Amino acid sequence: MVNYNNNNFSKGTDFAVILLYVIMVAVGILCIFMVEYNPNLNWSNSFLTAKTNYSKQIYFAIFCAFIAIFILLMDSKVFTALSNILYALGILLMLATFVLGKDTNGSKSWIPIAGGFNLQPAELCKIFTALILAKFISKPETDFSKLKSHLIAGAMIMLPAILSVMQHELGLALVYSAFIFAMYREGLPPVILVVLLSFAILVIATLLLDPTVLSIIISVIAGLFIINLIKKFKRNKNSILVIISIWAICFGTIKYIVPYIFNNVLECYQSTRIYSMMGKEYDCGQNVKSANKTSVNKKAARKPDDYNVKQSKIAIGSGGFWGRGFLKGTQTRGKYVPEQHTDFIFTSLGEAFGFVGTFTFLGLYLFFLFRLIRIAERQRSTFSRVYAYSVVGIFFFHIAVNISMTIGLFPVVGIPLPLISYGGSSLLTFTVLVFILLRLDADRQMVLR
Amino acid sequence: MSVYNQNRGGIIQIIIGIIFTILIAQLISLQIFSSKYKLAADNNAIYRKIIYPDRGIIYDRRKKALLENTISYDLVVIPNEAKGVDTNMLCQILKIDKAEYSKRIIEAIIKNTRVKASAFEPFLSAETYAQLNENLYRFPGFTLSERSIRSYPYNTAAHVLGYVAEVDVNFLQKHAAEGYEMGDYAGMTGLERFYEPILMGQRGVTRFLRDNKGKIQGAYEKGIYDTLAIAGRNIFTSMDVEVQQLAEKLLQHKIGSAVAINPKTGGVIAMASSPGYNPNLLTGNQRRKTIGRLLLDTARPIYNRAIKGQYPPGSTFKPLGALIALDEGLITPAYGYNCRGSYGACGDPRKCEHHNPGHAANLQLALAYSCNSYFLQVFRMAIDNPQYHNAKKGYLKWKEYVNAFGLGKKLGIDLPSENRASIPDTAQYNRDFGGAKYWNSCYMLTLGIGQDRMTATPLQLANAMAFLANEGFYYTPHFVDSIENEDEEDKVMLEKYRTKIEVTKIAKQYFDVIKEGMHDVTVIGTAAFIKVPGHEFCAKTGTAQNPHGKNHSLFVCFAPKDNPKIAVAVVVENAGYGATWAGPIAGLMMEKYLNDTLTTESKLKAENLSNVDLMPAAIKSWYVRNNKTEMLTPFEYNNDELADVWDMEMLSEIAPVKPVIDTSKKLDTLPVAPPSKPVPLRKVNKETALDPLQKKKKATAKKNGKL
Repeated sequence: MVNYNNNNFSKGTDFAVILLYVIMVAVGILCIFMVEYNPNLNWSNSFLTAKTNYSKQIYFAIFCAFIAIFILLMDSKVFTALSNILYALGILLMLATFVLGKDTNGSKSWIPIAGGFNLQPAELCKIFTALILAKFISKPETDFSKLKSHLIAGAMIMLPAILSVMQHELGLALVYSAFIFAMYREGLPPVILVVLLSFAILVIATLLLDPTVLSIIISVIAGLFIINLIKKFKRNKNSILVIISIWAICFGTIKYIVPYIFNNVLECYQSTRIYSMMGKEYDCGQNVKSANKTSVNKKAARKPDDYNVKQSKIAIGSGGFWGRGFLKGTQTRGKYVPEQHTDFIFTSLGEAFGFVGTFTFLGLYLFFLFRLIRIAERQRSTFSRVYAYSVVGIFFFHIAVNISMTIGLFPVVGIPLPLISYGGSSLLTFTVLVFILLRLDADRQMVLR
Repeated sequence: MSVYNQNRGGIIQIIIGIIFTILIAQLISLQIFSSKYKLAADNNAIYRKIIYPDRGIIYDRRKKALLENTISYDLVVIPNEAKGVDTNMLCQILKIDKAEYSKRIIEAIIKNTRVKASAFEPFLSAETYAQLNENLYRFPGFTLSERSIRSYPYNTAAHVLGYVAEVDVNFLQKHAAEGYEMGDYAGMTGLERFYEPILMGQRGVTRFLRDNKGKIQGAYEKGIYDTLAIAGRNIFTSMDVEVQQLAEKLLQHKIGSAVAINPKTGGVIAMASSPGYNPNLLTGNQRRKTIGRLLLDTARPIYNRAIKGQYPPGSTFKPLGALIALDEGLITPAYGYNCRGSYGACGDPRKCEHHNPGHAANLQLALAYSCNSYFLQVFRMAIDNPQYHNAKKGYLKWKEYVNAFGLGKKLGIDLPSENRASIPDTAQYNRDFGGAKYWNSCYMLTLGIGQDRMTATPLQLANAMAFLANEGFYYTPHFVDSIENEDEEDKVMLEKYRTKIEVTKIAKQYFDVIKEGMHDVTVIGTAAFIKVPGHEFCAKTGTAQNPHGKNHSLFVCFAPKDNPKIAVAVVVENAGYGATWAGPIAGLMMEKYLNDTLTTESKLKAENLSNVDLMPAAIKSWYVRNNKTEMLTPFEYNNDELADVWDMEMLSEIAPVKPVIDTSKKLDTLPVAPPSKPVPLRKVNKETALDPLQKKKKATAKKNGKL
């Protein structure tokens, strides 16, 4: 795309990542082309007219290339210096969407800018959060083994996440949990991961099993623990308190927190999706948010809620081992998969190139992620390393959630596939994320931040 | 600190690796081990349009088309696109109400989903078609689709030709491997069924790619999987449409059947069953109105009596009985029996119509006068043949002969659901009389004059005449002489109709005697008043005992005597003497076939005969009682009942349909009587087994009409 070779910024830049980046963007354009392809139109012309999504994506890619070069030409100190301001700007923009925001698909997270393009501040905020987190952790006065630091870092992450939830962008909010990778790498106690994992398991169990049955199971387990360790309690009376409090938390989760999340925090359609993942039906009448806008629900109820996932699985499954061939996928040609050019772009790849294609593609991604981790580990500065792990986390979270939802392992949340899905904001965000990292990495020998 | 946590980079890599492994595992399960997704994708996106070829035409021996194809239009709807329809106007044109409209739309969705086209109103009349065509823009989602339907220019041979109908679930299950789909049409009965693969041709399939809104995107894979429709091939039969029409006309207002066979080829010239129906009533929009009425009609107009009706042959069996005795050397043509008006050798005297001495002085005379005593005696001689030592063996030999003559077995005509009728097995007699040693020729004496448990279909009787006419062989009766562009497979199929079946090595002089005797029937005997201008012919009358009502009138014949070209069998139920009703019908059919035309006198006779009403009173009163129901639509009947009737028709090939020759008498007491077994058989219990002769006296006392 752009020849970096004879520039002086080429020194120290990791070309393997750039190559992977270019391949990925190209694959993305190809996938969007497959989705949009219409045999009745002359596609060679339409590539440059900016009327089709793939040609728009090409323009986005060119624009991103300029941004990438610009970032590589910048002084890497800028990122540390500006991280606070950028974060503040990001939060401001997100607040601004509540005023200026354009309503698309029921979520108000886009700010219209010139030329018919829209900006999604929540996307950009990921970069700023990564920077400010890196800045915070790398500060000499921060001791990241302390709870206070964890809480401050957590607050930095939670702020844009909460704003995203308020914009009805659950997917984007979930992405912020990806920073846990970076925090874990910098000393977050593994217990927190275990607790979070247990909580997730408990929530899933609550959905799968009848609440009363689950309560009994939990109580029985707690009881068994107490009987088993009865001798120890004589020595240490605290552990009985620990077990009882864990039991109380579990019980509370089952009885109050999970229903609260589904009925009060999540939208009706989100709860329905999650329930349908588990093969259950969710009664929207319980949902507080849906109570006010029943008319919307009726409209949404027309198509079965798992329609997307069903069609998506059909598309990927019908690819078989070798795929149906380039431009030959009937699911894609017939536009059976909704949102195929954005969130469900993986289906067009899976259908056209089969398991061979998806396996290769995932291999490429895995290689990309491992390469980023390698880059992260070779940083001398904490700032660069934290930032690098943030990038890894964000990429990994997007990839895992997006692909999981297309193959029916995760409820449908609007999360794009990095560098592949159609969309300027998304592509720009990931480009900036990667190239800031490359810029920092290029200077890894020079400065110790 | 960073150094301290170095190993955590590895843990993160492991976590990423695990998640990716899970993703790949799911992809393996989706893409490699599940075949259902490919199927689901094809169901989504591939729209198969079936192009129906024209069905083949069926011609008679002079290449006149017995049936043709005409175009009819269906109103077809794609429920998903039927939005903003001017339902008021549509309902007005189709003369339905809005509830019916919604009902049909829902039916269409159930049958063929929302995105596929289903018939909304099939077989539009010309007027409705014009109205709809003019206003079609008001009915988005509705289209008019062309379809080829059958029409019958001669309104004849409905039973033989059969009909074409939309396949149902039952049919699809039975013919699962033949590629039929819901909404297809297939031959259901008659030649349409038997030659379905040939008449149907090959359906063409064009595959289109369809998008999520059901819109066609273009050919699927540039049409490489598409097949062209190949028109059905025509078939040429041996039928003569004019003889067929004449036979149907003569059988009007009667219950019965007539079959004419060309003995030289085995080709069926005419096959009529009465009451019949106009085949045009079972095509197009007439079908809905007609089918239920036909199925419920107590006279069973859909039932093809020519191949399914089982009648005791009565005296028409006599020539065959004599032939057996001649061939076994038990009698000579000169053998005579001194009949004095009854046969008393078995204790219970059987009446004979003739008293004058010498009417059975030899075989020829006995045939001409149809002497019962003579043929009862001949039958006993055959059963008690000293050569075989016991009656059972003698009977088996006799049965072997009769079966070889084509009675009591399926002939294998090219129509579905042929009945084998009955030549009783020894097992039946063993059961009834308490074992093989307890019976002898006296016990089934009247088999010799075509009664007892012997039954035959009109087709079998006509075929037996062809066998006599040919002096020892016959061809399996069939309709189809040749198929257009006959290929090897067709030749194999038609092979059996082109193979001569040599029955026995019976000497020619025996046939000559029989023929002379049957000729005498038409000169001095029971059929002397029936003439075929310009031709001498051989015939035998029969008046079959009927325990339920008036005797059946039977007549079998072939002509000309010396070079037979046509063999005919006619049965008229409950009509009385064979010579009175069946005889003239057969005579006129022969005249028509041999002379190509009828004399003025014959025409008059035919006209009179066709107006004679011999319908049993019970059936007539049923019609009167049910006059109102004639206008009922099939919907008002219980559909399950209809389905049962259908099944009976279809399954009759496997499980023999109960014959309904004589539902008539029972109808007096029961409005819709179940078909009863017609065989004129006395009830036999253990007492009769001990003392058969005494019991027989009572049972057969009334039986001795003119046979």
